[in-house]
Amino acid sequence: MKLLKGRLLHAYTLLLVAWLVLPIAVMIAFGFNDTSSKQNFVWEGFTFEWYARLFEKEDLTRALVNSLLIALLSTVVTTVIGTMVGLALGRFRFRGQGTSNFVLFAAISTPELVMGSSLLAMFVQLNTPRGFVTILLAHVMFSIAFVAVTVRARVVGLDPSLEEAAADLGASGWTTFRLVTLPMIMPGVMAGAMLAFALSVDDFVITNFTSGSTVTFPLWVWSSTRTGTPPQVNVMGTLIFAVGVLVALYNLWSARRRRTT
Amino acid sequence: MRRRLTPYLLILPGGLWLTAFFAVPLIMMLSFSLMEGNLIDGFAFTFHWQNYTEGLSTYGDKFVRSLWYGLLATVACILIAYPAAYWIAFKAGRNKSTYLFLLLLPFFVSFILRTVSWKFVLADDGIFLGTFKDWGLLNEDFHVLGTTFAVVAGLAYNFLPFMVLPIYVALERVDARLLEAARDLYASRVQTFLRVVLPLSLPGVFAGVVMTFIPASADYVNADVLGGSGNVMIGNVIYLEYFNNSNYPTASALSFTLMGALLVGIFLYARLLGTKDVLEAAGR
Amino acid sequence: MNEINPLLRRGLTQRRDFLKLMGLGVVGMAAAACGVEGQGGKQNVTQSEVEKYWAGKAKNGRLNWANWVGYMEDDRATLKGFTAKTGIEVTYKEVINENAEWFGKIDAPLRAGQSIGFDMMVMTNGLQLEQARQLGYLVPLDHSKLPNFAANVDPALKDPSYDPGNTFTVPYTSGITGIAYNTKYVKEPITKWADLLNPKYKGKIGMMGDSQELGNVGLFLIGVDPEKSTPDDWRKAADKLREQRPLVRKYYTQDYIEAVTKGDVWITMAWSGDVFSLAGPEVRFAIPEEGGTLWTDNLCIPSTAENPVDALELMNYLYDPRVNATLTEFINYITPVPSAKGFIVEDAAAAKGEDKELLESLVTSPLVFPTAADMAKLRRYRTLTQEEKEIYQSVFTPVPQGS
Repeated sequence: MKLLKGRLLHAYTLLLVAWLVLPIAVMIAFGFNDTSSKQNFVWEGFTFEWYARLFEKEDLTRALVNSLLIALLSTVVTTVIGTMVGLALGRFRFRGQGTSNFVLFAAISTPELVMGSSLLAMFVQLNTPRGFVTILLAHVMFSIAFVAVTVRARVVGLDPSLEEAAADLGASGWTTFRLVTLPMIMPGVMAGAMLAFALSVDDFVITNFTSGSTVTFPLWVWSSTRTGTPPQVNVMGTLIFAVGVLVALYNLWSARRRRTT
Repeated sequence: MRRRLTPYLLILPGGLWLTAFFAVPLIMMLSFSLMEGNLIDGFAFTFHWQNYTEGLSTYGDKFVRSLWYGLLATVACILIAYPAAYWIAFKAGRNKSTYLFLLLLPFFVSFILRTVSWKFVLADDGIFLGTFKDWGLLNEDFHVLGTTFAVVAGLAYNFLPFMVLPIYVALERVDARLLEAARDLYASRVQTFLRVVLPLSLPGVFAGVVMTFIPASADYVNADVLGGSGNVMIGNVIYLEYFNNSNYPTASALSFTLMGALLVGIFLYARLLGTKDVLEAAGR
Repeated sequence: MNEINPLLRRGLTQRRDFLKLMGLGVVGMAAAACGVEGQGGKQNVTQSEVEKYWAGKAKNGRLNWANWVGYMEDDRATLKGFTAKTGIEVTYKEVINENAEWFGKIDAPLRAGQSIGFDMMVMTNGLQLEQARQLGYLVPLDHSKLPNFAANVDPALKDPSYDPGNTFTVPYTSGITGIAYNTKYVKEPITKWADLLNPKYKGKIGMMGDSQELGNVGLFLIGVDPEKSTPDDWRKAADKLREQRPLVRKYYTQDYIEAVTKGDVWITMAWSGDVFSLAGPEVRFAIPEEGGTLWTDNLCIPSTAENPVDALELMNYLYDPRVNATLTEFINYITPVPSAKGFIVEDAAAAKGEDKELLESLVTSPLVFPTAADMAKLRRYRTLTQEEKEIYQSVFTPVPQGS
């Protein structure tokens, strides 16, 4: 009975994985479809053609470059700012801490639609032209809280005695931070940075409200669904997926190695 | 003295950023929601509360529908996620992280692509339905796309990882000795689950509900891609009012109402579950 | 995820903080409550204003063009030819899906007098174009720089009612809103709008969400000429459309084309050219008996364009019959340049196999070169004053949203 229940749940979990992976598998498969029509939906044979012609659609390529550029910039800015916030909240007790925590909670739980539309309302009222810069501002905004929360969780779990020891040995505040605190919180910072990158690359709703005439990868995909998504989109989706999975697997692997050594 | 200032200095850039691009926009939207006018003549602030009352009376059913879909998707997520999270936390042994990773795979594909891919998979004459129709198992006009089921399933699919993770984390933290103790006290498996495991995992469920219900109710992509003429959600209306009608005041009022409705929903939910206990537990 | 939970606890229990924030909000509101200024109506342009705008403007050798999806050959041959001839580099983006959505995007920057990132764009005659015109968002064109337009464009398409004297716009292409149906599923010939109300096709019928397109169909259905319709007619038409609602699968933008190709819908409102350039081979197009809508997509220059002279030069280039023929061969809409037909015939004679068939069918296609009988069935959108526009919108916008 016990064994059966375990097996049943195991099978269920595998089934769930299958459900989750199904649309991804289809996306990957149709990147290899030898289609000739504008509507890529009937399987017509296997080809690597779309990988070779990946960058043929200039506006799609530009959209991808925009996405990556915005994600990179926003990750850098967010990681610095968010880590500072996370440190402050995890390490210190100060007046206004509750308010700060509340704001982070609010920033994480406010629906994207509300964030996006409020940004649009502001840009309209202030006559701000929307484009690359406004997207970047928005992406940093919605990522800060995630990075801060991730770093804070790491900071809270740290043993303060190490820093105290460093201070006792005469290290200045900055030196202590650089040589002791930063290496210790680094996994949290890296996790936050990756989260920020993923959030930014994938964001559709807020970007849609703040983009003006700048097109990012998700926006391009969205508008291509109106008239037929070319196989290059599947290929790019596949490549992004592959890179993401590899990075995550590497992290998993190195974490496991750290634990065993 | 310096030490006292440090946290404030650390928090300053992030605080300013969130003030400028999170708090201020919300305030601007609030003020916009009380304006009246049109594009040609401009918009003037007149405490035009009618934006709210008219918005609610015209689109009240869309609000109800959105919250309903959000609720359905959330419940579906709990039912789907819990058994898997349970199995991984207690039975998967050394493969825990592998399985967790597998459940998070959709995160590596863009939200839009995932949804579009579902539309593709579920197409009326697509790889599944089309095949079944060729075999004569389904009526020629049977369809999944354009139904409530498709939209709710899409929402559940897209937000499932947000439910799996917190439940898993909560279950993982359940002390195995507690289970042993329960067994020593002759509790049956069902009793152990209901009296020990379930209550201890509730904080995870709570976090999962917040992370699922809010974005699902405010979504417009799933309804647009997978839904039909009878599945318009409030998100679609807000989008339309902003982009197609340039009716900024009404759109702002609807956005604000949506946020208010979701906040009230979450507060009520927390109350219902006995806020203190649940949240205290969640904090640990 | 566990890291969020403490936030939750603090967030929900510290109501004091929330109140503090609310207080801040009220202060902010007072600061923000200043409103957004209007632009006032602007319609008539004098010759001196045109000259004033163009005085001192020079060619910059580059140009950004915003267009609809499927409105240029995949290899952008036309643009490459233009660059080779003039040295002007064109950045071409197909970013427009819907007039209303596009207008929503460009409104704020144009209002503020800021660049929208484009020097030339394509807008359909209708509400949004009218709005853009009235708000002064468009540059009056210098027709002395458009000799090809004067020489080659069909007189019927010159001086249209929506832009007298082609002051702000020149036609890029025209099309018909009619019915597309997939012959794989629909075995009977489709001839009229009333077929879109056939319960037999319940759940397989597509409509457009755009209020002008949808409104026109409603008016055709109740037998009223849209151009001469009254607000009472609009209400009746909207009722008719509501009656149809339960049968409708979805109210689409341009994505009906994918749906009808894949068989998600079998019969749908459609734009003529899309059926040829974007849909699959089983999809047919019909101009309904009750009448179809004729619309024109127009080239225009936004008021904040950085390279207007280059844009004007490209406009002129596109009316060269040889150039236009190549373009028409791809986009399959009604060309404003009738003399392009001769070149398409030539190309057809030179082509082989499938291409030849395609080009030959193009020459005889009533959707690219419509006959007089077809043209007689076509109507334009109702021209609306600001007041009428608000009524019209309030009548038709709720239909696709089910309210």
